[in-house]
Amino acid sequence: MKFTIQVNEGPYQHEAADTAYHFTKAALDKGHEIFRIFFYHDGVNNGTRLTTPPQDDRNIVDRWSKLGQEHDIDMVLCVAAAQRRGIVDDGEAERNGKDATNIAPGFRISGLGQLIEGGIESDRVIVFGD
Amino acid sequence: MPETKKLMYINRKAPYGTIYAWESLEVVLIGAAFEQDVSVAFMDDGVYQLTKGQDTTGIGMKNFSPTYTALGDYEVNKIYVDKESLEERGLTLDDLQHLVWEDEDEDYAEKDSIRLVSRAELSEVLADQDVLFNF
Repeated sequence: MKFTIQVNEGPYQHEAADTAYHFTKAALDKGHEIFRIFFYHDGVNNGTRLTTPPQDDRNIVDRWSKLGQEHDIDMVLCVAAAQRRGIVDDGEAERNGKDATNIAPGFRISGLGQLIEGGIESDRVIVFGD
Repeated sequence: MPETKKLMYINRKAPYGTIYAWESLEVVLIGAAFEQDVSVAFMDDGVYQLTKGQDTTGIGMKNFSPTYTALGDYEVNKIYVDKESLEERGLTLDDLQHLVWEDEDEDYAEKDSIRLVSRAELSEVLADQDVLFNF
């Protein structure tokens, strides 16, 4: 089955970021296809490489990056949500005159249309969050 | 793109306090460009999103409630409101903004967008959808 995953909550604050990761991993292990993971609302905070959790805790951002790159998953941070919350890639830094970037490897910033397209192209959209 | 799908956006949270309602409305507006069979549902505290007379000056936030009246122009004209959710909050249809759309096939006649439905009816509508976006 082809899934689009929507993550609506930030890491550590809310278990949705963990559950979404475990679901994605389990789905891949079972041979399902992940069409896209779309990060929305505070979920865009899953994609900042500046995250530095304590060493004895899971690193949620690195975990996403690794999974995404291993399985070549399209991991998209919503541009409007990312702009509000200060998640920046090279293009956004240039467009908005910011002096730094913080997007983590394996993520890209794009529009809400990517979420809608995920809904149209996938068999199921699974939403993680409140 | 495959055939047209039935997309429904479900709104369950109050308009302010958290950003879910506003960022959900942004999805609905962007999604309108995809020419799918779109509907929107308001239930639980989500029914507050449609109330008229919202005034946000005291909280210093943007009052985005006028944007709902533009949904008809985006051809988003199936707006389901859960009757029980209204009643539980002491609200009636009269407390909500009057949302309309213009029917091109009937000489642009103005029609109501809001469909007041019981929870049981709403669950049937939900079951009929291809994709649910939950906010």
